[in-house]
Amino acid sequence: MIVIAHDHTGVVPSLRRIRALVLRHIYLLRSSGPRILELVYWPTVQMVLWGFITVFLVNHSTWLAQASGVLLSGVLLWDVLFRSQLGVSLVFMEEMWSRNLGHLFVSPLRPFELACSLITMSLIRTLIGVGGAALIAIPLFHFSIFSMGLPLLAFFLNLIVMGWSIGLLVSGIVLRYGLGAESMAWIAIFAVQPISGVYYPIATLPTWLQYVAAMLPSSHVFEGMRAVLFDHTFRGDLLLYAVVLNVIYLSAGFLSFLAFFKVARVRGQLLHVGE
Amino acid sequence: MLPPVVSVSRLRKHFDSVIAVDDVSFDVAPRSTTALLGGNGAGKTTTLSMLLGLLLPTSGSISIFGVDMLRDRYRVLPRVNFSSPYVDLPRRLTVRENLTVYSRLYGIIDVRARIDALSEELHIGRFLDRPYGQLSAGEKTRVVLAKALLNEPELLLLDEPTASLDPDTADYVRGMLEAYRIRTGTTILLASHNMSEVERLCDDVIMLRAGKLVDRGKPGALLTRYGRKNMEEVFIDIARERRLEIPFDHDPALKR
Repeated sequence: MIVIAHDHTGVVPSLRRIRALVLRHIYLLRSSGPRILELVYWPTVQMVLWGFITVFLVNHSTWLAQASGVLLSGVLLWDVLFRSQLGVSLVFMEEMWSRNLGHLFVSPLRPFELACSLITMSLIRTLIGVGGAALIAIPLFHFSIFSMGLPLLAFFLNLIVMGWSIGLLVSGIVLRYGLGAESMAWIAIFAVQPISGVYYPIATLPTWLQYVAAMLPSSHVFEGMRAVLFDHTFRGDLLLYAVVLNVIYLSAGFLSFLAFFKVARVRGQLLHVGE
Repeated sequence: MLPPVVSVSRLRKHFDSVIAVDDVSFDVAPRSTTALLGGNGAGKTTTLSMLLGLLLPTSGSISIFGVDMLRDRYRVLPRVNFSSPYVDLPRRLTVRENLTVYSRLYGIIDVRARIDALSEELHIGRFLDRPYGQLSAGEKTRVVLAKALLNEPELLLLDEPTASLDPDTADYVRGMLEAYRIRTGTTILLASHNMSEVERLCDDVIMLRAGKLVDRGKPGALLTRYGRKNMEEVFIDIARERRLEIPFDHDPALKR
Protein backbone atom coordinates (compact mmCIF):
# COMPACT_ATOMS: atom_id res chain seq x y z
CA MET A 1 0.00 0.00 0.00
CA ILE A 2 1.53 3.29 -1.05
CA VAL A 3 1.13 6.47 0.91
CA ILE A 4 0.12 9.54 -1.09
CA ALA A 5 -0.52 13.01 0.30
CA HIS A 6 -4.30 13.36 0.16
CA ASP A 7 -4.28 17.09 -0.32
CA HIS A 8 -3.54 18.09 -3.89
CA THR A 9 -4.86 21.65 -3.75
CA GLY A 10 -3.54 24.63 -1.80
CA VAL A 11 -0.19 26.25 -1.21
CA VAL A 12 1.72 23.33 0.36
CA PRO A 13 1.02 20.76 -2.41
CA SER A 14 1.68 23.50 -4.95
CA LEU A 15 5.08 24.26 -3.42
CA ARG A 16 5.85 20.53 -3.32
CA ARG A 17 5.22 20.23 -7.06
CA ILE A 18 7.27 23.35 -7.83
CA ARG A 19 10.12 21.90 -5.74
CA ALA A 20 9.84 18.60 -7.65
CA LEU A 21 10.31 20.36 -10.97
CA VAL A 22 13.17 22.47 -9.66
CA LEU A 23 14.78 19.23 -8.50
CA ARG A 24 14.37 17.81 -12.02
CA HIS A 25 16.39 20.72 -13.43
CA ILE A 26 18.99 20.57 -10.69
CA TYR A 27 19.49 16.89 -11.54
CA LEU A 28 19.93 17.92 -15.16
CA LEU A 29 22.39 20.70 -14.36
CA ARG A 30 24.36 18.41 -12.06
CA SER A 31 24.68 15.76 -14.76
CA SER A 32 25.88 18.08 -17.49
CA GLY A 33 29.24 19.87 -17.40
CA PRO A 34 28.58 21.81 -20.63
CA ARG A 35 25.38 23.23 -19.17
CA ILE A 36 27.20 24.54 -16.09
CA LEU A 37 30.03 25.90 -18.21
CA GLU A 38 27.52 27.67 -20.46
CA LEU A 39 26.06 29.42 -17.40
CA VAL A 40 29.29 31.20 -16.51
CA TYR A 41 31.04 31.30 -19.89
CA TRP A 42 29.31 34.25 -21.62
CA PRO A 43 28.91 36.48 -18.56
CA THR A 44 32.63 36.02 -17.86
CA VAL A 45 33.71 36.62 -21.47
CA GLN A 46 31.57 39.77 -21.63
CA MET A 47 32.92 41.00 -18.33
CA VAL A 48 36.54 40.46 -19.41
CA LEU A 49 35.97 42.20 -22.75
CA TRP A 50 34.30 45.25 -21.20
CA GLY A 51 36.82 45.25 -18.38
CA PHE A 52 39.66 45.80 -20.85
CA ILE A 53 37.64 48.36 -22.78
CA THR A 54 37.18 50.19 -19.47
CA VAL A 55 40.91 50.01 -18.72
CA PHE A 56 41.58 51.60 -22.11
CA LEU A 57 38.82 54.21 -22.05
CA VAL A 58 39.23 55.39 -18.50
CA ASN A 59 42.34 57.36 -19.60
CA HIS A 60 40.68 58.69 -22.75
CA SER A 61 37.21 59.62 -21.55
CA THR A 62 36.45 62.22 -18.91
CA TRP A 63 32.93 60.81 -18.62
CA LEU A 64 34.19 57.32 -17.83
CA ALA A 65 36.93 58.66 -15.57
CA GLN A 66 34.23 59.96 -13.20
CA ALA A 67 32.95 56.43 -12.62
CA SER A 68 35.18 53.76 -14.05
CA GLY A 69 32.84 50.94 -13.03
CA VAL A 70 29.91 52.18 -15.12
CA LEU A 71 30.61 49.94 -18.12
CA LEU A 72 31.32 46.83 -16.05
CA SER A 73 28.25 47.47 -13.93
CA GLY A 74 26.23 47.85 -17.11
CA VAL A 75 27.59 44.60 -18.52
CA LEU A 76 26.92 42.63 -15.35
CA LEU A 77 23.45 44.05 -14.80
CA TRP A 78 22.54 43.56 -18.46
CA ASP A 79 23.56 39.94 -18.06
CA VAL A 80 21.19 39.64 -15.10
CA LEU A 81 18.35 40.63 -17.45
CA PHE A 82 19.56 38.44 -20.31
CA ARG A 83 20.34 35.39 -18.15
CA SER A 84 17.07 35.56 -16.25
CA GLN A 85 15.08 35.65 -19.51
CA LEU A 86 17.21 32.88 -20.99
CA GLY A 87 16.93 30.91 -17.75
CA VAL A 88 13.14 30.75 -18.06
CA SER A 89 13.06 30.04 -21.80
CA LEU A 90 15.85 27.45 -21.85
CA VAL A 91 14.53 25.53 -18.88
CA PHE A 92 11.12 25.41 -20.55
CA MET A 93 12.67 24.25 -23.82
CA GLU A 94 14.47 21.46 -21.96
CA GLU A 95 10.99 20.02 -21.33
CA MET A 96 10.15 20.33 -25.01
CA TRP A 97 13.46 18.85 -26.15
CA SER A 98 12.95 15.87 -23.86
CA ARG A 99 9.30 15.47 -25.03
CA ASN A 100 8.26 15.43 -21.41
CA LEU A 101 5.34 17.89 -21.44
CA GLY A 102 2.73 15.17 -21.90
CA HIS A 103 3.83 13.38 -18.73
CA LEU A 104 4.04 16.62 -16.77
CA PHE A 105 0.55 17.76 -17.65
CA VAL A 106 -1.20 14.50 -16.87
CA SER A 107 0.31 14.76 -13.40
CA PRO A 108 -1.34 17.09 -10.87
CA LEU A 109 1.09 19.86 -11.94
CA ARG A 110 -0.65 23.14 -12.85
CA PRO A 111 0.71 25.39 -15.64
CA PHE A 112 1.11 28.16 -13.07
CA GLU A 113 3.36 25.86 -11.02
CA LEU A 114 5.44 25.05 -14.07
CA ALA A 115 5.89 28.81 -14.61
CA CYS A 116 6.93 29.23 -10.95
CA SER A 117 9.50 26.44 -11.28
CA LEU A 118 10.87 28.10 -14.42
CA ILE A 119 11.46 31.39 -12.63
CA THR A 120 13.00 29.63 -9.64
CA MET A 121 15.46 27.87 -11.94
CA SER A 122 16.12 31.14 -13.73
CA LEU A 123 17.09 32.73 -10.39
CA ILE A 124 19.46 29.86 -9.58
CA ARG A 125 21.06 29.95 -13.05
CA THR A 126 21.45 33.74 -13.00
CA LEU A 127 23.07 33.71 -9.57
CA ILE A 128 25.56 31.07 -10.71
CA GLY A 129 26.34 32.73 -14.05
CA VAL A 130 26.43 36.43 -13.25
CA GLY A 131 27.55 35.88 -9.66
CA GLY A 132 30.57 33.96 -10.94
CA ALA A 133 31.49 36.72 -13.41
CA ALA A 134 31.04 39.40 -10.75
CA LEU A 135 33.39 37.57 -8.40
CA ILE A 136 36.03 37.12 -11.12
CA ALA A 137 35.91 40.89 -11.83
CA ILE A 138 37.17 41.65 -8.31
CA PRO A 139 40.72 40.27 -8.65
CA LEU A 140 40.91 40.89 -12.40
CA PHE A 141 39.86 44.55 -12.60
CA HIS A 142 39.77 45.56 -8.91
CA PHE A 143 36.10 46.23 -9.42
CA SER A 144 33.36 44.97 -7.13
CA ILE A 145 29.78 45.50 -8.22
CA PHE A 146 28.83 44.60 -4.64
CA SER A 147 30.23 47.97 -3.52
CA MET A 148 26.96 49.49 -4.77
CA GLY A 149 25.35 48.01 -1.67
CA LEU A 150 21.58 47.81 -1.25
CA PRO A 151 20.74 49.62 -4.51
CA LEU A 152 22.35 46.68 -6.29
CA LEU A 153 19.75 44.38 -4.76
CA ALA A 154 16.96 46.66 -6.04
CA PHE A 155 18.50 46.75 -9.53
CA PHE A 156 19.06 42.99 -9.52
CA LEU A 157 15.47 42.19 -8.48
CA ASN A 158 13.94 44.52 -11.04
CA LEU A 159 16.04 43.21 -13.90
CA ILE A 160 15.46 39.59 -13.00
CA VAL A 161 11.69 40.12 -12.82
CA MET A 162 11.70 41.82 -16.21
CA GLY A 163 13.73 38.89 -17.58
CA TRP A 164 11.18 36.42 -16.17
CA SER A 165 8.35 38.31 -17.84
CA ILE A 166 9.96 38.21 -21.27
CA GLY A 167 11.07 34.60 -20.67
CA LEU A 168 7.49 33.51 -19.94
CA LEU A 169 6.24 35.27 -23.06
CA VAL A 170 8.95 33.62 -25.18
CA SER A 171 8.21 30.19 -23.63
CA GLY A 172 4.54 30.62 -24.53
CA ILE A 173 5.47 31.54 -28.10
CA VAL A 174 7.76 28.49 -28.40
CA LEU A 175 4.98 26.25 -27.03
CA ARG A 176 2.53 27.72 -29.53
CA TYR A 177 4.76 27.79 -32.61
CA GLY A 178 7.00 24.82 -31.83
CA LEU A 179 10.75 24.46 -31.51
CA GLY A 180 11.16 26.25 -34.83
CA ALA A 181 10.67 29.42 -32.80
CA GLU A 182 13.37 28.58 -30.24
CA SER A 183 15.76 31.21 -31.60
CA MET A 184 13.36 33.72 -30.01
CA ALA A 185 14.85 32.67 -26.68
CA TRP A 186 18.25 33.97 -27.76
CA ILE A 187 17.28 37.12 -29.61
CA ALA A 188 14.10 38.51 -28.04
CA ILE A 189 15.77 40.41 -25.23
CA PHE A 190 18.19 42.22 -27.54
CA ALA A 191 15.30 44.23 -28.97
CA VAL A 192 15.22 46.21 -25.71
CA GLN A 193 18.99 46.58 -25.23
CA PRO A 194 19.51 49.73 -27.36
CA ILE A 195 16.67 51.57 -25.60
CA SER A 196 17.48 50.40 -22.08
CA GLY A 197 20.46 52.71 -21.78
CA VAL A 198 22.80 49.97 -20.64
CA TYR A 199 26.01 51.78 -21.65
CA TYR A 200 24.79 55.36 -22.20
CA PRO A 201 22.20 57.69 -20.65
CA ILE A 202 18.63 57.56 -21.96
CA ALA A 203 19.04 61.25 -22.92
CA THR A 204 21.28 60.04 -25.78
CA LEU A 205 18.23 58.60 -27.53
CA PRO A 206 16.00 60.67 -29.85
CA THR A 207 13.12 62.23 -27.92
CA TRP A 208 10.44 59.89 -29.32
CA LEU A 209 12.52 56.84 -28.38
CA GLN A 210 12.95 58.18 -24.86
CA TYR A 211 9.16 57.80 -24.45
CA VAL A 212 9.48 54.16 -25.50
CA ALA A 213 12.40 53.70 -23.10
CA ALA A 214 10.28 55.08 -20.27
CA MET A 215 7.99 52.07 -20.66
CA LEU A 216 10.82 49.64 -19.94
CA PRO A 217 11.71 48.78 -16.32
CA SER A 218 15.29 48.22 -17.48
CA SER A 219 15.83 51.82 -18.63
CA HIS A 220 14.88 53.09 -15.13
CA VAL A 221 17.24 50.57 -13.56
CA PHE A 222 20.22 51.60 -15.68
CA GLU A 223 19.49 55.30 -15.11
CA GLY A 224 19.35 54.50 -11.40
CA MET A 225 22.64 52.64 -11.65
CA ARG A 226 24.35 55.69 -13.19
CA ALA A 227 22.87 57.94 -10.49
CA VAL A 228 24.51 55.73 -7.85
CA LEU A 229 27.86 55.55 -9.64
CA PHE A 230 28.15 59.19 -10.79
CA ASP A 231 26.17 61.16 -8.23
CA HIS A 232 26.30 58.71 -5.32
CA THR A 233 22.54 59.08 -4.91
CA PHE A 234 19.84 56.46 -4.93
CA ARG A 235 16.86 57.56 -7.06
CA GLY A 236 13.72 56.23 -5.36
CA ASP A 237 11.53 57.65 -8.14
CA LEU A 238 13.29 55.54 -10.77
CA LEU A 239 12.96 52.46 -8.57
CA LEU A 240 9.25 53.11 -8.16
CA TYR A 241 8.76 53.39 -11.95
CA ALA A 242 10.64 50.12 -12.46
CA VAL A 243 8.63 48.30 -9.78
CA VAL A 244 5.25 49.47 -11.11
CA LEU A 245 6.21 48.54 -14.67
CA ASN A 246 7.49 45.16 -13.51
CA VAL A 247 4.20 44.35 -11.78
CA ILE A 248 2.51 44.94 -15.13
CA TYR A 249 5.19 43.04 -17.06
CA LEU A 250 5.17 40.00 -14.79
CA SER A 251 1.37 39.78 -14.80
CA ALA A 252 1.42 40.03 -18.60
CA GLY A 253 4.16 37.36 -18.75
CA PHE A 254 2.19 34.88 -16.64
CA LEU A 255 -1.08 35.60 -18.46
CA SER A 256 0.49 35.21 -21.89
CA PHE A 257 2.11 31.91 -20.86
CA LEU A 258 -1.23 30.58 -19.57
CA ALA A 259 -3.03 31.80 -22.71
CA PHE A 260 -0.49 30.09 -24.99
CA PHE A 261 -0.81 26.96 -22.85
CA LYS A 262 -4.55 26.94 -23.45
CA VAL A 263 -4.02 27.37 -27.19
CA ALA A 264 -1.55 24.45 -27.07
CA ARG A 265 -4.27 22.31 -25.46
CA VAL A 266 -6.68 23.25 -28.23
CA ARG A 267 -4.15 22.45 -30.97
CA GLY A 268 -2.70 19.30 -29.40
CA GLN A 269 0.81 20.67 -29.00
CA LEU A 270 1.46 19.23 -25.54
CA LEU A 271 1.66 15.75 -26.98
CA HIS A 272 3.25 16.45 -30.34
CA VAL A 273 6.14 18.72 -29.61
CA GLY A 274 8.31 19.61 -32.55
CA GLU A 275 9.10 22.18 -35.16
CA MET B 1 -24.28 -1.77 -10.74
CA LEU B 2 -21.28 0.50 -10.27
CA PRO B 3 -21.19 3.77 -12.24
CA PRO B 4 -18.74 3.91 -15.13
CA VAL B 5 -15.22 5.15 -14.42
CA VAL B 6 -15.08 6.95 -17.76
CA SER B 7 -18.10 8.40 -19.49
CA VAL B 8 -17.67 10.08 -22.86
CA SER B 9 -20.56 11.74 -24.62
CA ARG B 10 -20.71 13.09 -28.18
CA LEU B 11 -17.01 13.86 -28.24
CA ARG B 12 -15.70 15.74 -31.27
CA LYS B 13 -12.32 17.13 -32.18
CA HIS B 14 -11.64 19.15 -35.29
CA PHE B 15 -8.22 20.46 -36.32
CA ASP B 16 -9.23 23.17 -38.77
CA SER B 17 -10.96 21.17 -41.52
CA VAL B 18 -9.70 17.76 -40.32
CA ILE B 19 -12.15 15.79 -38.18
CA ALA B 20 -10.03 13.65 -35.83
CA VAL B 21 -12.82 12.42 -33.54
CA ASP B 22 -16.41 12.55 -34.65
CA ASP B 23 -19.32 12.25 -32.22
CA VAL B 24 -17.89 9.44 -30.11
CA SER B 25 -19.72 8.23 -26.99
CA PHE B 26 -18.79 5.35 -24.70
CA ASP B 27 -18.53 4.28 -21.08
CA VAL B 28 -15.75 2.30 -19.42
CA ALA B 29 -16.83 -0.03 -16.62
CA PRO B 30 -14.90 -0.12 -13.35
CA ARG B 31 -12.17 -2.77 -13.03
CA SER B 32 -12.36 -3.54 -16.74
CA THR B 33 -9.68 -3.44 -19.40
CA THR B 34 -11.03 -1.76 -22.49
CA ALA B 35 -9.25 -1.48 -25.81
CA LEU B 36 -9.50 1.44 -28.18
CA LEU B 37 -8.77 -0.08 -31.57
CA GLY B 38 -8.38 1.39 -34.99
CA GLY B 39 -5.92 1.92 -37.79
CA ASN B 40 -3.47 4.77 -38.00
CA GLY B 41 -5.31 8.08 -37.81
CA ALA B 42 -8.49 6.46 -36.45
CA GLY B 43 -8.54 8.84 -33.48
CA LYS B 44 -7.25 6.63 -30.64
CA THR B 45 -4.44 8.87 -29.41
CA THR B 46 -6.60 11.96 -29.89
CA THR B 47 -9.33 10.37 -27.77
CA LEU B 48 -6.87 9.39 -25.03
CA SER B 49 -5.38 12.89 -25.07
CA MET B 50 -8.80 14.43 -24.58
CA LEU B 51 -9.57 12.03 -21.73
CA LEU B 52 -6.39 13.20 -20.01
CA GLY B 53 -7.02 16.88 -20.69
CA LEU B 54 -3.90 17.28 -22.84
CA LEU B 55 -6.20 18.21 -25.67
CA LEU B 56 -9.40 20.22 -25.47
CA PRO B 57 -12.36 18.78 -27.41
CA THR B 58 -14.24 20.86 -29.94
CA SER B 59 -17.46 19.69 -28.28
CA GLY B 60 -18.83 16.92 -26.10
CA SER B 61 -18.28 15.93 -22.50
CA ILE B 62 -15.88 13.70 -20.56
CA SER B 63 -16.51 12.54 -17.06
CA ILE B 64 -14.01 10.49 -15.04
CA PHE B 65 -14.97 9.17 -11.59
CA GLY B 66 -18.08 11.33 -12.02
CA VAL B 67 -16.04 14.53 -12.34
CA ASP B 68 -16.29 16.78 -15.39
CA MET B 69 -12.76 16.66 -16.86
CA LEU B 70 -13.22 19.85 -18.82
CA ARG B 71 -13.96 21.86 -15.69
CA ASP B 72 -12.23 20.08 -12.86
CA ARG B 73 -9.43 17.87 -14.18
CA TYR B 74 -7.09 18.55 -11.25
CA ARG B 75 -9.45 16.67 -8.91
CA VAL B 76 -9.06 13.60 -11.09
CA LEU B 77 -5.42 13.66 -12.22
CA PRO B 78 -3.94 12.39 -8.91
CA ARG B 79 -5.99 9.20 -9.43
CA VAL B 80 -4.99 8.69 -13.06
CA ASN B 81 -1.77 7.98 -14.93
CA PHE B 82 -0.68 7.17 -18.44
CA SER B 83 2.10 6.02 -20.71
CA SER B 84 2.64 6.61 -24.39
CA PRO B 85 5.44 6.02 -26.88
CA TYR B 86 4.87 9.59 -28.08
CA VAL B 87 5.88 11.07 -24.74
CA ASP B 88 9.33 10.60 -23.29
CA LEU B 89 11.10 11.18 -20.00
CA PRO B 90 14.16 13.43 -19.58
CA ARG B 91 17.02 11.45 -21.11
CA ARG B 92 19.93 12.79 -19.07
CA LEU B 93 18.25 12.01 -15.76
CA THR B 94 18.73 8.55 -14.32
CA VAL B 95 15.75 6.28 -13.96
CA ARG B 96 15.79 6.84 -10.19
CA GLU B 97 15.88 10.63 -10.63
CA ASN B 98 12.99 10.54 -13.09
CA LEU B 99 10.90 8.40 -10.78
CA THR B 100 11.78 10.62 -7.81
CA VAL B 101 10.62 13.75 -9.62
CA TYR B 102 7.32 12.15 -10.65
CA SER B 103 6.79 10.63 -7.20
CA ARG B 104 7.01 14.11 -5.76
CA LEU B 105 4.67 15.53 -8.38
CA TYR B 106 2.12 12.90 -7.37
CA GLY B 107 2.64 13.58 -3.68
CA ILE B 108 4.04 10.17 -2.74
CA ILE B 109 5.36 10.38 0.80
CA ASP B 110 7.83 7.50 1.00
CA VAL B 111 9.47 7.96 -2.40
CA ARG B 112 12.31 5.52 -1.85
CA ALA B 113 10.03 2.68 -0.75
CA ARG B 114 7.74 3.24 -3.74
CA ILE B 115 10.61 3.21 -6.21
CA ASP B 116 12.05 0.09 -4.60
CA ALA B 117 8.69 -1.68 -4.82
CA LEU B 118 8.20 -0.78 -8.47
CA SER B 119 11.78 -1.62 -9.27
CA GLU B 120 11.15 -5.13 -7.97
CA GLU B 121 7.79 -5.47 -9.69
CA LEU B 122 9.03 -4.30 -13.08
CA HIS B 123 12.60 -5.61 -12.84
CA ILE B 124 14.20 -2.21 -13.37
CA GLY B 125 16.58 -2.31 -10.41
CA ARG B 126 19.53 -3.22 -12.63
CA PHE B 127 19.42 0.11 -14.46
CA LEU B 128 17.89 2.36 -11.80
CA ASP B 129 21.02 4.53 -11.70
CA ARG B 130 21.61 4.70 -15.42
CA PRO B 131 20.48 7.68 -17.53
CA TYR B 132 17.08 7.01 -19.08
CA GLY B 133 18.41 7.95 -22.53
CA GLN B 134 20.95 5.11 -22.46
CA LEU B 135 18.34 2.37 -22.04
CA SER B 136 17.04 0.02 -24.73
CA ALA B 137 13.48 0.43 -26.03
CA GLY B 138 12.27 -2.42 -23.84
CA GLU B 139 13.91 -1.01 -20.73
CA LYS B 140 12.46 2.43 -21.46
CA THR B 141 8.98 0.96 -21.81
CA ARG B 142 9.29 -0.65 -18.39
CA VAL B 143 10.50 2.63 -16.86
CA VAL B 144 7.62 4.59 -18.40
CA LEU B 145 5.27 1.93 -17.07
CA ALA B 146 6.85 2.30 -13.63
CA LYS B 147 6.22 6.04 -13.86
CA ALA B 148 2.60 5.28 -14.84
CA LEU B 149 2.15 3.06 -11.77
CA LEU B 150 3.84 5.37 -9.24
CA ASN B 151 0.60 6.71 -7.80
CA GLU B 152 -1.14 3.32 -8.06
CA PRO B 153 -3.72 4.87 -10.40
CA GLU B 154 -7.36 3.88 -10.27
CA LEU B 155 -7.51 4.58 -14.00
CA LEU B 156 -4.58 3.73 -16.23
CA LEU B 157 -4.50 4.98 -19.81
CA LEU B 158 -1.98 3.24 -22.02
CA ASP B 159 -1.19 4.23 -25.57
CA GLU B 160 0.37 1.25 -27.37
CA PRO B 161 1.94 -0.18 -24.21
CA THR B 162 3.98 -2.84 -26.00
CA ALA B 163 4.93 -0.93 -29.15
CA SER B 164 8.56 -1.59 -30.20
CA LEU B 165 9.02 -4.40 -27.67
CA ASP B 166 10.35 -7.83 -28.54
CA PRO B 167 7.81 -10.68 -28.07
CA ASP B 168 9.37 -11.79 -24.78
CA THR B 169 9.32 -8.32 -23.19
CA ALA B 170 5.86 -7.61 -24.61
CA ASP B 171 4.58 -10.83 -23.06
CA TYR B 172 6.15 -9.88 -19.75
CA VAL B 173 4.50 -6.44 -19.81
CA ARG B 174 1.10 -7.95 -20.59
CA GLY B 175 1.45 -10.42 -17.75
CA MET B 176 2.43 -7.62 -15.42
CA LEU B 177 -0.59 -5.50 -16.45
CA GLU B 178 -2.93 -8.47 -15.94
CA ALA B 179 -1.52 -9.16 -12.50
CA TYR B 180 -1.58 -5.48 -11.60
CA ARG B 181 -5.24 -5.11 -12.51
CA ILE B 182 -6.21 -8.18 -10.53
CA ARG B 183 -4.24 -7.02 -7.51
CA THR B 184 -5.37 -3.37 -7.46
CA GLY B 185 -8.73 -3.44 -9.24
CA THR B 186 -7.65 -0.58 -11.44
CA THR B 187 -9.49 0.25 -14.66
CA ILE B 188 -7.40 0.17 -17.82
CA LEU B 189 -8.11 1.85 -21.14
CA LEU B 190 -5.55 1.05 -23.77
CA ALA B 191 -4.99 1.93 -27.39
CA SER B 192 -3.27 -0.80 -29.32
CA HIS B 193 -2.51 -2.23 -32.73
CA ASN B 194 -1.62 -5.58 -31.29
CA MET B 195 -4.61 -7.91 -31.53
CA SER B 196 -3.17 -10.75 -29.48
CA GLU B 197 -2.66 -8.22 -26.70
CA VAL B 198 -6.30 -7.18 -26.97
CA GLU B 199 -7.53 -10.77 -26.91
CA ARG B 200 -5.43 -11.54 -23.88
CA LEU B 201 -6.05 -8.42 -21.79
CA CYS B 202 -9.34 -6.84 -22.73
CA ASP B 203 -12.91 -7.38 -21.59
CA ASP B 204 -14.26 -4.85 -24.00
CA VAL B 205 -13.27 -3.42 -27.37
CA ILE B 206 -14.15 -0.06 -28.91
CA MET B 207 -13.45 0.15 -32.64
CA LEU B 208 -12.71 3.50 -34.24
CA ARG B 209 -12.42 4.30 -37.92
CA ALA B 210 -11.80 7.80 -39.30
CA GLY B 211 -12.70 9.29 -35.94
CA LYS B 212 -16.02 7.47 -35.59
CA LEU B 213 -16.98 4.67 -33.24
CA VAL B 214 -17.88 1.91 -35.69
CA ASP B 215 -18.24 -1.11 -33.45
CA ARG B 216 -18.05 -2.24 -29.89
CA GLY B 217 -18.25 -5.45 -27.90
CA LYS B 218 -16.45 -8.16 -26.00
CA PRO B 219 -13.69 -9.81 -28.04
CA GLY B 220 -15.62 -13.09 -28.16
CA ALA B 221 -18.80 -11.37 -29.32
CA LEU B 222 -16.92 -9.51 -32.05
CA LEU B 223 -15.40 -12.77 -33.31
CA THR B 224 -18.87 -14.31 -33.54
CA ARG B 225 -20.40 -11.27 -35.17
CA TYR B 226 -17.75 -11.07 -37.86
CA GLY B 227 -17.46 -14.83 -38.23
CA ARG B 228 -13.72 -14.71 -37.67
CA LYS B 229 -11.17 -16.77 -35.77
CA ASN B 230 -9.15 -13.97 -34.26
CA MET B 231 -9.20 -10.24 -33.58
CA GLU B 232 -6.64 -9.57 -36.28
CA GLU B 233 -9.18 -10.63 -38.91
CA VAL B 234 -11.92 -8.63 -37.21
CA PHE B 235 -9.65 -5.59 -37.19
CA ILE B 236 -8.98 -5.95 -40.93
CA ASP B 237 -12.69 -6.38 -41.65
CA ILE B 238 -13.51 -3.22 -39.80
CA ALA B 239 -10.60 -1.24 -41.21
CA ARG B 240 -11.60 -2.25 -44.76
CA GLU B 241 -15.28 -1.62 -44.06
CA ARG B 242 -16.40 -5.19 -44.74
CA ARG B 243 -20.00 -6.05 -43.87
CA LEU B 244 -20.91 -7.65 -40.57
CA GLU B 245 -22.60 -11.03 -40.45
CA ILE B 246 -24.79 -9.57 -37.72
CA PRO B 247 -25.15 -5.76 -37.98
CA PHE B 248 -23.66 -3.77 -35.08
CA ASP B 249 -27.04 -2.29 -34.07
CA HIS B 250 -28.78 -5.68 -34.01
CA ASP B 251 -26.35 -7.59 -31.84
CA PRO B 252 -28.09 -8.52 -28.56
CA ALA B 253 -24.67 -8.69 -26.89
CA LEU B 254 -24.40 -4.92 -27.24
CA LYS B 255 -27.55 -4.20 -25.25
CA ARG B 256 -25.76 -3.73 -21.95
